[in-house]
Amino acid sequence: MITLENVSKTYSTGSPALNNINLKIESGEFVFIVGNSGSGKSTLIKLLLKELEPTSGKIYVNNRYINKLSRKKLPMLRRDIGVVFQDFRLLNDRNVYDNIAFAMKVVEAPQRQIRSKVLAMLSMVGLLDKYRSFPKQMSGGEQQRVALARALVNEPKILLADEPTGNLDPDNAWEIMKLLEEINNKGTTVVVVTHNLEIVKYMKKRVITIQDGNIISDEDMREDVHGGDEDED
Amino acid sequence: MKIRSFGYCAKQGVRNIYRNRSFSLASVATMTACIFIFGLFYSIILNVSHMVATVENTVCVVVFFEPDASEEKIEEIGRIISERAEVASVHYTSAEEAWENYKEKYFEKNPELADGFAQDNPLANSASYEIYLNDVSMQNVLVNFLEGLDGIRQVNHSDITAAGLEQFGRMVALISAVIILILFAVAIFLINNTVATGVTVRKEEIGIMKLIGATDAFVKAPFIVEGIIIGVIGAIIPLLVIRYFYNRVVIYITTQFSLLQGVVTFLPVEQVFKTLLPVGIMLGLGVGLIGSLMSLRKHIRV
Repeated sequence: MITLENVSKTYSTGSPALNNINLKIESGEFVFIVGNSGSGKSTLIKLLLKELEPTSGKIYVNNRYINKLSRKKLPMLRRDIGVVFQDFRLLNDRNVYDNIAFAMKVVEAPQRQIRSKVLAMLSMVGLLDKYRSFPKQMSGGEQQRVALARALVNEPKILLADEPTGNLDPDNAWEIMKLLEEINNKGTTVVVVTHNLEIVKYMKKRVITIQDGNIISDEDMREDVHGGDEDED
Repeated sequence: MKIRSFGYCAKQGVRNIYRNRSFSLASVATMTACIFIFGLFYSIILNVSHMVATVENTVCVVVFFEPDASEEKIEEIGRIISERAEVASVHYTSAEEAWENYKEKYFEKNPELADGFAQDNPLANSASYEIYLNDVSMQNVLVNFLEGLDGIRQVNHSDITAAGLEQFGRMVALISAVIILILFAVAIFLINNTVATGVTVRKEEIGIMKLIGATDAFVKAPFIVEGIIIGVIGAIIPLLVIRYFYNRVVIYITTQFSLLQGVVTFLPVEQVFKTLLPVGIMLGLGVGLIGSLMSLRKHIRV
């Protein structure tokens, strides 16, 4: 689903953000990317969204070589990727329903589909009764659930979550993680960039650790992978 | 962009105008001033052209002959004049016809006063040719030629030449072109800034749209709609004002300056608006479009 081959990124200031990264994420995987601030995690997300161009190396997203993707085809790439941010990035002048419907209008979805899909998403994230609320009237956890619904309403193949629990208390953080797992169980590839090592440890997924622009570890902590070993022990 | 998105983009464009209403108002006002001045000068130029055409049809050169000129000589002069390229037509008026015309004009109310001249035509030496021209600007050339002809006593020609009117028309066109160009530049600049403000206000929204996968056209369309609406509103207002005041101004001029009556004729408002209306609206639309496109090119990179 996502492949990076010898990808490096150096900013125009000269500071290197990623050094010769090789990474492969299969379809349907749930992957955590962890690392300290400035380690290159956000640069990686921006490269996948083609907000940034790599200095060298090749990037494939959804089996599409994106380095030379034209501006005209860029929206099609981004429609395959749902994104969730730490600061939610909701439109404060619109209510919950309109925030989610906005994502469908932007990709010019047929009007008749919008209502049913938005309501289905609201039901999935448990906010059906709050569809008329405005973001400022909601808690952080609720806002992040709206952001998730917006990211998923167009049925992307990949969900990129950049510090999705960064602004949430532990209870809300768990709620969001459960939702992400549920989404992954339905077949969406989920990539979560986070600082929250406690959650990472508990979720038992594949964990890629980046430090100073280098991948220093890539561990698969899934129970079905390690389960056999544990039995043998 | 799909057709079904037009409604959404148009709605967003109107919303942009409302959000930046002070900037939008300034842009509409400037556009209104531009199109108003354009409409004003356009009407003047059109009327001047009309007057020139009217004058060209009525202005004529009149030649009188030497008292001893024979009828053969007069006919020969007539033939020579008719052969000139700048001459459209030549009309001969005999001394008797001249006296009849004079009587009709000046003794209409007291015909008995003219009876004293019954046997003695006071205009006996006033047989003449009225010469109408193809191009009034050639009047002087013809006059010089006629003055050099043998058998001609006097050449009368109009001092208010169409050439003078044409020159006035050209001057008006030049001044208006300069003013309009400056005002249009200001209008484009203001619409550009209004759209840029809209882009800044909606920066976050645009960022989200781009990440979600909005096409270039979809992101830009509301701003283009905004520019076009400002341009078209800025065109409609002054056109309505001109439409309302045109006839009143014409009536005012012709009544206040009664000397002009019969000398100058104004075009009916319908005839002026046959071209001014589409041209004015297209100009407003064009300026709005250019202003918004310039702004988007600078501020939005999808």
